[in-house]
Amino acid sequence: MADQIVQMTVNGRLEQYRIPQHMTLLRFLREMLALTGTKNGCEAGECGACTVLLNGEPVNSCLVLAVECDGATVETVEGLTERGALAALQQTFMEENAIQCGFCTPGMLISAYALLQRSPHPSDQEIKEALVGNLCRCTGYERIVKAVRQAAQA
Amino acid sequence: MPELDQISQGIGENVARVDVQEKASGAALFTDDIQFGSNLLHARIKRSPLPHAIIQSIDISQAERLPGVKAVVTGADFAGRIGLYLKDRHIFARDRVRFIGEPVAGVAAISEEIAEKALDLIRVEYEPLQPIFHPLDAIKPDAPLIHPDLGSYEVVNFIFPEPGTNISNHFKIRKGDVERAWAQCTAVVEREYYIPHIQHVPIETHVAVAQVSHLGKITLWSSSQSPFAQRDLIAKTLGFSPSDVRVISPYVGGGFGCKAGVTMEALPIVIAMKAKGFPVKLRLTREEEFYTNFVRQALVIRLKMGCDQAGNLLALENTMYWDGGASTEYGVNITRAGGYSSTGPYDVPNVKTDSYCVYTNNIIGGPYRGFGMSELHTGIEQCVDELADALGMDKVEFRLRNVVQGGDTLATGMTMHPTGIKECIQKVAAAVDWGKTSKSTEPYLKRGKGIAIMWKAPAMPPNPGSSATIKLNEDGTLLLGIGGQEIGQGTFTVMAQLAAATLGVPVKAVRIAKPVDTDYSPYEWQTVASRLTWSMGNAVLAAAQDARRQILAIVAEAWKEDVDDLDILDGVVISRKTEKEIKLKDFAVYGIPKENFEGWIGGPIFGRGKFMPTYVTGLDKETGQGKRAVVHYTTGAQAFEIEVDIRTGKLHVLRAAAAFDVGKAINPELVRAQMEGGLIQGLSSALFEQMIFKEGTMQNPNFVDYRIATTVDLPDEMMTFIVEVPQDDGPFGARGVGEHPMVPTVAGIANAIQDALGIRMQGPPFTAEKILLTLQSQEEKKG
Repeated sequence: MADQIVQMTVNGRLEQYRIPQHMTLLRFLREMLALTGTKNGCEAGECGACTVLLNGEPVNSCLVLAVECDGATVETVEGLTERGALAALQQTFMEENAIQCGFCTPGMLISAYALLQRSPHPSDQEIKEALVGNLCRCTGYERIVKAVRQAAQA
Repeated sequence: MPELDQISQGIGENVARVDVQEKASGAALFTDDIQFGSNLLHARIKRSPLPHAIIQSIDISQAERLPGVKAVVTGADFAGRIGLYLKDRHIFARDRVRFIGEPVAGVAAISEEIAEKALDLIRVEYEPLQPIFHPLDAIKPDAPLIHPDLGSYEVVNFIFPEPGTNISNHFKIRKGDVERAWAQCTAVVEREYYIPHIQHVPIETHVAVAQVSHLGKITLWSSSQSPFAQRDLIAKTLGFSPSDVRVISPYVGGGFGCKAGVTMEALPIVIAMKAKGFPVKLRLTREEEFYTNFVRQALVIRLKMGCDQAGNLLALENTMYWDGGASTEYGVNITRAGGYSSTGPYDVPNVKTDSYCVYTNNIIGGPYRGFGMSELHTGIEQCVDELADALGMDKVEFRLRNVVQGGDTLATGMTMHPTGIKECIQKVAAAVDWGKTSKSTEPYLKRGKGIAIMWKAPAMPPNPGSSATIKLNEDGTLLLGIGGQEIGQGTFTVMAQLAAATLGVPVKAVRIAKPVDTDYSPYEWQTVASRLTWSMGNAVLAAAQDARRQILAIVAEAWKEDVDDLDILDGVVISRKTEKEIKLKDFAVYGIPKENFEGWIGGPIFGRGKFMPTYVTGLDKETGQGKRAVVHYTTGAQAFEIEVDIRTGKLHVLRAAAAFDVGKAINPELVRAQMEGGLIQGLSSALFEQMIFKEGTMQNPNFVDYRIATTVDLPDEMMTFIVEVPQDDGPFGARGVGEHPMVPTVAGIANAIQDALGIRMQGPPFTAEKILLTLQSQEEKKG
């Protein structure tokens, strides 16, 4: 399949990329930019491990073609960490032991971050609904919900 | 770099996880994250579309000619059999296929797309055979044999296959006289339960990358709970020496047993053997993860339990038919574990157990978090409730009366060690206000309470070893080498705590040497069986003590003092006699100069330690009797208060309580995290999970149709209690708890449903639909 030239701002850096048309944003980030913090859990939009911010909104990057992101802004866990956007959440996730194997964590953090951006003081129910698309098999979620609540209060 | 004069954090303290910063920033390395460059080849697997068939021919000639294809392999290339306890599986199917999804051929190509295309060009002709999908069909005398060569397979000496049948292990217990005991029973219940197949669902699917050098040396990068077992099993199957194979295993994105032993990891290796020099990656799709890899095997369990008028259990007859699937290389030991623990945590004088591992043409059953135990206790704990009901006795009281205690002779003849199970029961019962009824405000919401208890021993060979190394760095930090794997449970943190406390340094001064690498890490059998805190912990203690001895000997010589007067506190060696002190970083590698430049004392410090249980004995083949069947049992209890909407059948958990006797909680918050995560995984299996098969084909291999618990399924309140009755051979008295927290959950929920609605659901999952239909059929019966 043909390649396409795309302009994209990834983690604050605008660059031009030559991307195969069928390549997903997830594969592009992991395989072409070595941004492996974004995880591949199902490639069907069902687990949330590949969540990134696309123009500020959380999306499953496995369901987005990279060439669709021409002119777009993409932020991954690496970029958000570097600019300190996740600091409060990362702190409470650590304090509350909301991380076990860590595979769902980047996606979970980004979904939580997006929630706090649109609703700085969410109720527990709002937190649960915002994270319902992010599967975690280790923690049992309770500590994740608590960590998000704590970050909102911080 | 932290200064080492910080306060030492000890055992029993909630030290922050040592892996947490990496994991919260996306920096933590998982197998699929390793960069192999443009020479990386992508492997895909041609799989059997039939549950049972003879392979007549495989034509790979077209696939081999496809541009971009570097290697095509089939079973014809590799004759050996692989397996942990029973070698009954080929890496690629050879003469016949035995389940849908079995690997038949493999391709490596320069892209996944080309590899997929090549699979379509492989022509396989099959002659279908009669498939068997249920263990009760497979044990019929006229059933076709799934493994006609069972008698010739290599097997460990504690597994007992029955050649000429589909039974690959038969574990028996004969204790007392059950037939005579039934006559003395006031109440007897007899029940049969079916526990369906479920899947582990790690969020990271299986992934492995293999590279074979031109001299034939193998390197494997894999997401694995068992780097050392993989090295050993794969090497032996392919005719190599284990030391010719190197397995490197970074962080594991969830295991729960499915990444134990060998499942798909040999596939990229044998493909890479035909594409020497190239790294070859195989990453399972989510669909493949569901239908081609280890799952929790299904079980048919028939239980008969009886007690006297006072409520004392007198007899138990337990017959289990495990649906081992097409290979039972690991499953045979699940059958054994189910067998020796078949009474549940109860003192029963008369026991007859038959635990059968049965071949079927279903997917391969493997270890799943506490293998055998969730399934077994789902039956036992419902029967116990029914017995208590039959006598009109309180269910907590009934359990307290019968529960196993230190000094009891278990069904295998082993003497039970001290255990805190009674305290666990009392704690969870109190947490849900056991004995008090609570009512919902709405008439269509029915409330109920349920309790279930459990026990589980590490299920493993008698002699699995652990080892550890400690190397002091120039800066006074120490590098802890271990072969156990961080799969989320927090073992790196607990090992750092054990090493720090023993040596006398802050936890922050401990680095874990990772990734686990069989060429550089000390040996560890497998990260399974909740055995690391206990077994690897003992090895780490020994290594830290060894390093400590070396350190003190150097300083004692330099200061001309007695080692007994010296101590290490927060990374500083001090003398209690002369009040001298020296920081570890000031001599850890280079030593201490003698007075007047007359030479040096010391040198690099390297501690080592090992642990292997030496006291587990064999069990008699006919009676299951022996001196010590297992190293120990971790016990625990859960209680629930639930609410069911009788208009929809939807169940909601109001309160959940869990208590486990961990001997000693090295890190209490990590113990609680296990209790919570296990409880929700158990709840998920109780309410939602079942792999649905139609003639051997899985119908729901995705997260929409195979639903697991999400945030919205949380109980309103989750309470956890740590009980600590020390384990005599555990580090600081600790025993494991990684698996146990999901074991009693299905039974606890079933018992709560019965309390709320007066219906017995038998086997899980207790979906809203099933609850509603059961309610309706009960209404019809009444009507």
